[in-house]
Parts: sequence; C-alpha cells; structure tokens
Amino acid sequence: MAETHSLQDIRQQAAVAAKVFIQRDYTNGTVCQFQTKFPSELESRIDKQQFEETVRTLNNLYAEAEKLGGQSYLEGCMACLTAYTIFLCMETHYEKVLKKISKYVQEQNDKIYAPRGLLLTDPIERGLRVVEVIIFEDRSTGSGR
Amino acid sequence: MKNCEYHQIDPQALSTPNPTPPPPPCAERKSKRAKRKWEVFPGKNRFYCDGRIILSRQSGVLPLTLGLILVTSALFFIFDCPYLVEHLTSCIPVIGGVLFIFVVITLLQTSFTDPGILPRAGPDEAADIERQIDSSGSTSYRPPPRTKEILINEQLVKLKYCFTCKMFRPPRTSHCSLCDNCVERFDHHCPWVGNCVGKRNYRFFYSFIVSLSFLTAFIFGCVTTHLVMRSQGEKGIIIALQESPARYPFLTAALELVICFFSVWSILGLSGFHTYLVASNLTTNEDIKGSWSGKSGSEGSGNPYSYSNIFTNCCVVLCGPMPPSLIDRRGFVPPDDAPAAAPPQIELPTLEAKSDINMCTRGPKDLSPPAPLDRPNLHRFMSRRCQESSELRGALQWTGLYDCSGAPPLTSDPLAPPSPGVRENILGTSPQS
Repeated sequence: MAETHSLQDIRQQAAVAAKVFIQRDYTNGTVCQFQTKFPSELESRIDKQQFEETVRTLNNLYAEAEKLGGQSYLEGCMACLTAYTIFLCMETHYEKVLKKISKYVQEQNDKIYAPRGLLLTDPIERGLRVVEVIIFEDRSTGSGR
Repeated sequence: MKNCEYHQIDPQALSTPNPTPPPPPCAERKSKRAKRKWEVFPGKNRFYCDGRIILSRQSGVLPLTLGLILVTSALFFIFDCPYLVEHLTSCIPVIGGVLFIFVVITLLQTSFTDPGILPRAGPDEAADIERQIDSSGSTSYRPPPRTKEILINEQLVKLKYCFTCKMFRPPRTSHCSLCDNCVERFDHHCPWVGNCVGKRNYRFFYSFIVSLSFLTAFIFGCVTTHLVMRSQGEKGIIIALQESPARYPFLTAALELVICFFSVWSILGLSGFHTYLVASNLTTNEDIKGSWSGKSGSEGSGNPYSYSNIFTNCCVVLCGPMPPSLIDRRGFVPPDDAPAAAPPQIELPTLEAKSDINMCTRGPKDLSPPAPLDRPNLHRFMSRRCQESSELRGALQWTGLYDCSGAPPLTSDPLAPPSPGVRENILGTSPQS
C-alpha cells in the first residue's frame, strides 16, 4: 500500500514532462510484440536492462495470449459449434492474459516505475499499438530533461 | 461488462486532483452519468444497447438480408415441412431448424461485433509519429514520405500513414471509408451484414456464409422434392394448381425456389472464394489488390502471413485465439477529456458530416505542436499524396484548415473525391510566409 501511495502522489503533483512510445515490432507477423530497443529519453531514469526486461515480459505475455496450438484451436472449435454464443458468456484465454498483463503493468509501476517518476500505460488502452511511458517532471533535481 | 476490467491505470484520469479511483464498473453507472467512450467515438458507426452493439452507419441492407432469410425459412417450415415429415422423415425440420438458428446467430454476431477497429492515435502519440517522420532524413525540400517500410518474415512490407487515424497503419490494416475507421485485418465492408468484416468477425462471417449456403441448398433441395412428390402424387400438377386450397403449396414453393435459386449460386460462390482465402490466409482486400501475387512488382512475392500448410492456415483464421476489442466502447471517457469531447451527435443523421469533424477539433488544440501548424510546414504537409478523400479531410481537420465551426466544407459532399482545384487552393495560400 505504501508504494501505491507514492504512485498516487506522483500522479497528483507532478507535471508530465514527456511521453515515450514504444512501437510494435512486426518482424514476426502481426502478433502483438513490442520493440525492445531502449529509448534514449529514459536513460537518466531507469536501467536499460530493467526496462528491456519489462518489455520482454510483456512480449512473452502477449505471445502466450496469441499462442497457437491445441488449446486455442479447441477453444475456437467449441465456440464455432455453439455458433460463437459462448463468447458472450465465457472469458477467452486472451482476455485472461490481458488481465494478467494489466496486473503486471500495475505491479511494475508500483515497484519500479513510479519511484523513478515514470508511468507505464497498459497497451490495451492505446489499442495495442504502443507502450506509452509517461515521464513526470523530476522535482528533486529541477526539470527532468 | 468484461471490458470494464481492463483499465485500471489511466494516467489522464489519475492526473486530476480528485483522488477517487476510476469509476467502479457497474455500480454507479446510472447515477453519475459519466460519458462512455462509444458516445464520443469518432468513426461513423451506430451503437445500440449502451454501446454493446456496434453497426456501420449504412446498414440498410441488413434488414433485407435478415428478412430474406426469415421469409424463406418461414415459408419452408410452414408449407413444406409438414408434407415432408408426413411422407419422408422427421429429420428434415430438425436439420433445417439447426441450420436456420446457426445462420441467424452468426449473421447477428457478424453484424454486431466490433470488426477489429483500431482506436485513433491520441494527440501525444500523433505528435510523436509526426516527429519521427520529420526527423527521418528530410534533407531536401520534398516532404518525407508518409510510408514506413518494415520487414515481415523477411519480406518488405510498406506501411501507409493514415491521416484520419494519425498513425501508421499496422500491416493488414486498412481504413474503411464507409465507417471511417482503421480495421485490423480488413477483409471488406459488407453491406449485406451492415458492418466491416475484419480480424474479429471474419470467423463469424465465414461461418455465416458457409452455413447459409448449406441452408439455401437444403431448402432448395427439399422444396424441389416436395414439388416433385406432390405433382406425382394424388393428382397431376395442373389439377392441383386449379384448386384453391391445393394451390398454395405450389405458389409458396415457387417463391422459395426463386429466392433460393438466385441466392444459392452467389452464396456458394462466395463461400468457395472465402474458403480459398482462408486456406491461403489472405483477405479479400489483399486478394483484390494482388498484394502478394507478384502483380505489384515486388520480387519477394508470396504472402508473408501464410503458414506452410493449408490446415494450419484454416485453424489460425477460424479457430485462433479471439482477439479483444480495442475500442473499449463501454469504458468511461477520462474526466479531463470529457469537456473537450464532442457532444453526442453521432446518432444524428443531419450532423453526419459535422460530427466527426468536431471530434477532430480536439487535435490541434491540445497537440503540443511539433510541426504542421505553421505555413511552410503546412505546405509540405499538404503537398503529400492524399489519395483518399477521407485522408485529405482528416489532414485538413488536423491542420485546422477545415474550419468546423459551421463554415461549409471544402467540397459540397464530404465523401466526394477532392477536386484538384481544392487542393490548389489550399496550397496557394501557403508559400508566401
């Protein structure tokens, strides 16, 4: 709870200094993957490895959501047999993973990003197009950039 | 309902001094009357049931489709089934019933599901892309091209910039001019189902046309059998036609035969075509454009999204994981966005041309402007290729040239392709400064 508190403090007080957008990586087709390249804007704030680790975990989670295989085919076939009405009442595998991702993003924010004056946005809020990283103005050292 | 649970971190909502958490999903919906996202949705869609149902604005043919299916099936069940059950087997209404229910449900699912609409880029994201484009080596006077080339499975694919959605369209995404949305894995806009067919509802659409072709073929066969049996039965067909009560089965059967005869070929053809598309993991859009057939002149032809065998392609397209809806239409508009958002004119037909313009006035205001508001930049901006009228329109709105306060639009019909004169006018204003 203590961390959540600090997170809220940042959001309330600090002004947004910049936003960094991590774009999608389409090298393997249209599956949802984000570029792991470290943006230079974040250099002063966060460790390169730590950031890449976050993006890689996100990528793995999305890969899990879109994984093709027996289970997903079975889900698809079952849905087809019920004329897809099952989608109205059942939570799909994808949605479950999305919740996991939301939780992961929040957790990373609380633990790593908020104390450094950063905030990750859950990609689903940006249409899975980008990971938005908000850089808040650094109060202790004057202007952040 | 399920969508509510995705967004718990909203930076915009949280940056307000009000420390209340984002509104709990379902409890205080009625009392607070916070705007939902579908009410300010910029595309040309209709929403029903508080955003649960999405349809294209021009969905006038959907009732016709539904009516044809309902009328034909009703006639079949009322006039043909009793006779066939009596003389053949009671399986016929069962099979017909199952097919009919399947067809109607998949049709409604196709029409009422979000086809995979990509939400438009926010002002910050658009500004970031703009910065990327400007910094990507624009040494000459010519504006940097609004395309991006990327490698997908070792194949060069060009991404186009969408002036309406202010982003580079992801691969396989296309902008539907009728709905004014970018749709992922865009197949086509189907007026018969009154919706785009894309990533999220293609499987519904495919099931619909395949089951519909079975249903029409089944009804066609049954009605023919019915007619043949009746005319060979008690009396000849001529005598039967002369008697008033015995005439009705023949008349209805004739009507059903006409409907089925004309629809069965087109629907069978369509299902055959889509089966081919599914097996090769193509979309109608790509097939028509010949994107991967080598016609477009690229040496490394071949569909980069296709898997090695037909079976995998079918499974991926039809039984792959169901992607989530990205527009979160039942989510709430973040509080500090709400005043700038357009009034809910989306449903009003008279304001059709204006409503989406209003959405875009937000763009220039809170865009921390990297470029395109001053004249030279504007000139460069406008001289870029604007093929689709919607793109041009989007660009104009964005630069603020397209005054939304009630001035007439540049062309009388906003959907008409822009005349060259219009473009010259815009360009003519710029070079002095």
